[in-house]
Amino acid sequence: MKLKFLSVLALGAVMMSCGGEKKNENSSVKTTKKKEVKEEVKKDEVKTETSLKIDLSAPMLDNKGIGPIKNLKLEAINDDLVAKGKEVYRVNCTACHKLKKRYIGPALGGVTKIRSPEWIMNMIMNPEEMIAKDPIGKALIAEYNAPMANQNISEEDARAILEFLRTKN
Amino acid sequence: MKTIFKSIFLFVITTTLMISCGGPTDKKSNKGAISGNAAERVYVAPGEWDSHYAFLSGGFSGQLAVYGLPSGRLFKVIPVFSQDPEKAYGYSEETKPMLMTSFGFVPWGDSHHPDISQTKGSVDGRWIFINENNTPRIARIGLEYFETEEIIEIPNSAGNHPSSFVTENTEYIVAGTRFAVPFPQRDMAIDEMKGNFKGAMTFIKVDPETGGMDIKFQLMMPGFNYDLSHPGRAASHGWFFFTTYNTEEAHTLQEVNASQNDKDYIAAINWKKIEEYVNNGGGKMMPAKYAHNVWDHDTHTATHTMKKEVLIVDPKDVPGAIFFMPTAKSPHGCDVDPTGEYIIGNGKLAAAMTVHSFSKMIKAIEDEAFDGDAYGIPILKFDAINYGVLDQPGLGPLHTEFDTRGNAYTTFFISSEVVKWNVKDLKIIDRQPVFYSVGHLMIPGGNSRTPDDKYLLAMNKITKDRYLPTGPEVCQSGQLFDISGDKMELLLDFPLIGEPHYAAGIAQELVAPNSKKIYSLEKNKHPRAVKSEGEVRVERDGNNVHIYMSMIRSHFSPDNIEGVQVGDKVHFHITNLEQDFDVPHGFAMIGANTSEMLIMPGATETTLWYPKEVGIWPFYCTDFCSALHQEMQGYIRVSPKGSDVPISYTLDGDKPGEEEL
Repeated sequence: MKLKFLSVLALGAVMMSCGGEKKNENSSVKTTKKKEVKEEVKKDEVKTETSLKIDLSAPMLDNKGIGPIKNLKLEAINDDLVAKGKEVYRVNCTACHKLKKRYIGPALGGVTKIRSPEWIMNMIMNPEEMIAKDPIGKALIAEYNAPMANQNISEEDARAILEFLRTKN
Repeated sequence: MKTIFKSIFLFVITTTLMISCGGPTDKKSNKGAISGNAAERVYVAPGEWDSHYAFLSGGFSGQLAVYGLPSGRLFKVIPVFSQDPEKAYGYSEETKPMLMTSFGFVPWGDSHHPDISQTKGSVDGRWIFINENNTPRIARIGLEYFETEEIIEIPNSAGNHPSSFVTENTEYIVAGTRFAVPFPQRDMAIDEMKGNFKGAMTFIKVDPETGGMDIKFQLMMPGFNYDLSHPGRAASHGWFFFTTYNTEEAHTLQEVNASQNDKDYIAAINWKKIEEYVNNGGGKMMPAKYAHNVWDHDTHTATHTMKKEVLIVDPKDVPGAIFFMPTAKSPHGCDVDPTGEYIIGNGKLAAAMTVHSFSKMIKAIEDEAFDGDAYGIPILKFDAINYGVLDQPGLGPLHTEFDTRGNAYTTFFISSEVVKWNVKDLKIIDRQPVFYSVGHLMIPGGNSRTPDDKYLLAMNKITKDRYLPTGPEVCQSGQLFDISGDKMELLLDFPLIGEPHYAAGIAQELVAPNSKKIYSLEKNKHPRAVKSEGEVRVERDGNNVHIYMSMIRSHFSPDNIEGVQVGDKVHFHITNLEQDFDVPHGFAMIGANTSEMLIMPGATETTLWYPKEVGIWPFYCTDFCSALHQEMQGYIRVSPKGSDVPISYTLDGDKPGEEEL
């Protein structure tokens, strides 16, 4: 028994000295990761199914989305801001969005009628998290396949885009 | 009994494991001084960063490789002097001018000695300079974008080897000439070389704000061969030191004929004095022909201009500025310690290393302790300037770097070792074998007042049996030592690209925070950029068809183009509209006689295509950009020459960007 114990010890020492232990660690990490991934996928599948039931054309103004914009009070439309927003929109958004027609992403004409201002700005500024966690975001990726590109839009510019979209109802 | 059997079984397994992880036993002698925890000390866990950048020249690859230390991981190969089809460097219309020279377009170069810009004697991480040996040029690489930003050709030079070393406030980049050549070049008998050739030492002024390079003057030295150089620093700031060989001025079988003299020279040049002479109107403007190519990060385009004259300084006209220091036999490296006091000649054919003293040199100049002259340049008396010699250190010394504790580290090519020695005591402290035949070595900040002296990287020319064989051509290697203790400890051995002739290292904190993530689309001033899909278009101008195209995850706009004809010259001007980190898109066109393009976020690039046959020809994105990358593709219809198919371009059936906002 004692001998056996010593032998095991020796084997262990050799494994440690030549990286055997590391290999084990690595492989166990891999297994755990795989499991996690699988679980995530499962969760997603379940939620996607629920999300798919969302009518993307219906107003959901209570959802403020996930991101830096928590509460935003809109006032009368500011024409200067609209003009600025139009330019930012032209440069950063038209590669994937049209106003009147589905393109890579959804048509954006009338979007302020169905999405809250906070949600719109969070979707512009924080698209990765929005399509991963927000129920509407998840339904959108399921519907459109292409994830929205993060164009590193500043809060100021995102606000201007929102102002421009308010005029496109 | 059963227990014993089990134990034997385990013993057998143990032995097997030991063999399987130790490699062939006959190679154990080649392990060097590997300490038990070496792996731990170079292990950079997944997702973690290395502590240092190492920039290694690619030698005959013409490029500059960026590695991390201590891991030895390769991050990037920055194209400098050679075309790189991966990045379209030297293939895209915008980058082609970077490789223009007085000899026309040269697609390849031999890159040698990278050196990082300095402020107050310490590396500052702004730029890295590197010389090209064959078609004499110096390049400046910006460390915000890790891109070659400027290349200047050196006229009147041949074999631009003793280059491109930086003075301690980046006042100058200095370039010498390995080959002496006639000046100006002319048709003459080769065997009339002696006394008729010249060696140009070029001082390139660097703009402290932009890094822009301009040749301030060329000093026409005697027609020896010049091997390497280093700037003075601290006490000796304002001087530059060049090693000479072939002071015999032999023009053939130099292997024998250039090794006759027991001593060659280190040329000591007081550049401040010459600068003053030049600033006061000294020197003579002479005709010359050399290229100056500058990259612009806003227009994403290089411009190539030919310069037509250069200021020449004759050493005779600046007395008291240039001296020769006799130095043992054919010195290769010329290295100055961090205090600036010791100037070391690595006499590759000598039994001893020569250590000169800067303060003794100054005194010898004051005392006029001369031993004759060479072509009018005073030769200082050896005893008057010599601090001492390091006797029998090894065979074939090539290069020396320093730590902050008064020690020097010298590579020995023939005896294949790195030797640590104390400069003041001239005593050897340690020697470690390297595998095999080390050329240069690098300590981060080595060419400065303040070496960052934890690591030493030896760059070995020969690897033979060190790695799995890959046919007759095998890689060269880097060997990393920990030099923080008395003994140098070998930590790691990793393969390199091309042949590194020198390297420059720097703490990551001085570079990483400045590294750019994207090009701003807003600042893109490329004349053919499209800033949104609304600007994409196809225009015909005679046989030239200009396609202004955009790319974003994951489509080209337009992606269906008609009206192109056989015999047209098609220009693709493509802008990546992404503004997110690490989202380049590629572009490849079937049948294009050029490379792909890899276009960074916010950048515009142009490539040419000459359609040769009618048909529908595809193009696609080469960089896996998103889950829908495989869908990022398009078609071009090519009609016969003279066809009446009009130019048209669409995406999803519409002309892109025609929607009113």
